[in-house]
Amino acid sequence: MTLSALVGRYWPTAALFALLLALWQLAVSALEIRPYLLPSPAMVWNALWQAGFSWWPHLWITSLEIVGAFFMAAIVGVALGTAVAWSPLVANALMPFLVFVNTLPKVAIAPLLLIWIGYGILPTMVMGALIGFFPVVINTAVGLSQVETDMLDLGRVFSAPKWKIFLKIRIPNALPYILSALKITATAAVVGAIVGEFVASQAGLGYVIANTQSSMNTAVAFASLIWISAIGLALYGVVVLAARLWAPWAEGVE
Amino acid sequence: MSTSLIDLQKVGMTYEAASGPVEALADISLRVGTGEFVSLVGPSGCGKSTLLRIIAGLRPATKGMVEVTGEQVTRPIPDIGMVFQAPILLKWRSILRNVLLPAELAGRDAGKLRDRALALLDMAGLGGFAEKLPRELSGGMQQRAALCRALLLDPPLLLMDEPFGALDAMTRDDMALELLRIWGETSGARKTVLFVTHSIAEAVFLSDRVVVITPRPGRVAADIAIDLPRPRTVELRASEAFGRLNFDVFRALTGRAG
Ligand SMILES: Nc1ncnc2c1ncn2[C@@H]1O[C@H](COP(=O)(O)OP(=O)(O)O)[C@@H](O)[C@H]1O
Ligand SMILES: [Mg+2]
Repeated sequence: MTLSALVGRYWPTAALFALLLALWQLAVSALEIRPYLLPSPAMVWNALWQAGFSWWPHLWITSLEIVGAFFMAAIVGVALGTAVAWSPLVANALMPFLVFVNTLPKVAIAPLLLIWIGYGILPTMVMGALIGFFPVVINTAVGLSQVETDMLDLGRVFSAPKWKIFLKIRIPNALPYILSALKITATAAVVGAIVGEFVASQAGLGYVIANTQSSMNTAVAFASLIWISAIGLALYGVVVLAARLWAPWAEGVE
Repeated sequence: MSTSLIDLQKVGMTYEAASGPVEALADISLRVGTGEFVSLVGPSGCGKSTLLRIIAGLRPATKGMVEVTGEQVTRPIPDIGMVFQAPILLKWRSILRNVLLPAELAGRDAGKLRDRALALLDMAGLGGFAEKLPRELSGGMQQRAALCRALLLDPPLLLMDEPFGALDAMTRDDMALELLRIWGETSGARKTVLFVTHSIAEAVFLSDRVVVITPRPGRVAADIAIDLPRPRTVELRASEAFGRLNFDVFRALTGRAG
């Protein structure tokens, strides 16, 4: 997209955003709303850079947890999805368990994870992975199975062994499906990381938010939210880019 | 006739569809000799594609006996070139890598066949499209790429399901001549070709025999020998004998007597 096309497409969004910011700032000063209820945009902006502490360790920890959760979900999801697609027997055995795990409210498992895994970033990663792995399992299984019969016949004509058909036909066929699920996983990893930090943590953006409750520093909570969505958007963007790069034939497949 | 490569005896095929059984083929008996070029013509839905799949060993027939090179067909038979009715190109592979797919699937060295693949693409008028993705090609170009793929491993038996169906008339006639060259019309060692087409003129121009199939369920309505001289040339299309054979096939196809 050229710059002028970008401007043409996004100026309404930018204009609305600016308008809302202006209204917010006006409302806060005109109605004299107390900062612990609703800080002004200017205060949030300040908190984004100077919060009275360094953001870096928190940004680092939370990013690490999110990326870790994402890769855990991706690897486990693809592995389970492949197992499900490989044989109907495995699918019948596994699916009820996976559906069960998926329907569990993950927040409720968080204390258990702490007991089993201990404190630190690992239980938080596992939390994010638990929230985000299921769509990957399903899309991997669907992408590997939904191959045109004609394509499989093509493989049979050349007496290709099952693993080769998997490698050369089924896996490429599944790639757009998997990448599409990973967009959901990227968002889920963020949720998981923050929930995990709420339950127990010594650092991270979720920890910062939880602590603003006692310090009444609402501007810092807002600033944390902005950092979290920045990390989330960055990860989402990377997945979208990867999809363009690795599955250019599937542009538009969602 | 030379030794028969394909031998079908009273072959029948009934699909179990959700709406009930569909009898696609009723009773097909047919022999194709080694090195013969045989065309199948018949109305849509008479079971031509089904018959090719049965011969290739991709689907078992529900009745009758199917033999290729003297052996009962029970699973996909090796060393054939199959052109399906749809191009079925893998949409994530370049045209060249699609043409090389048979080598990879069959465990042959694709690198060694690269030059051959490029030569085939040149022959099919796709020289400039080797690195394109399938979706960047028209339907007719995709079909020609599928033909190149079927020819890559130089198989002695070709099963071709309306391979020129999506081509314009001019390209179609050019490809027919190319196919005869590949078949080995002028060289000693001829391949065996079973060729499905909707074009009577194409069937007559290419074939040693044209087998006419009845509407579903398919049976052999006529088996017409095409005794035109080889190598076939463009001028042949204007000859009286060519016209008469076209009319014979037409009559058999439409079921009109005398
Ligand atoms: N997989 C299938 N399941 C059920 N019916 C089928 C299937 N494939 C083909 N048929 C039916 O069998 C008949 C013959 O099909 P086909 O062999 O494709 O004919 P043709 O190639 O001569 O047009 C048609 O009526 C078609 O609907
Ligand atoms: Mg057909």
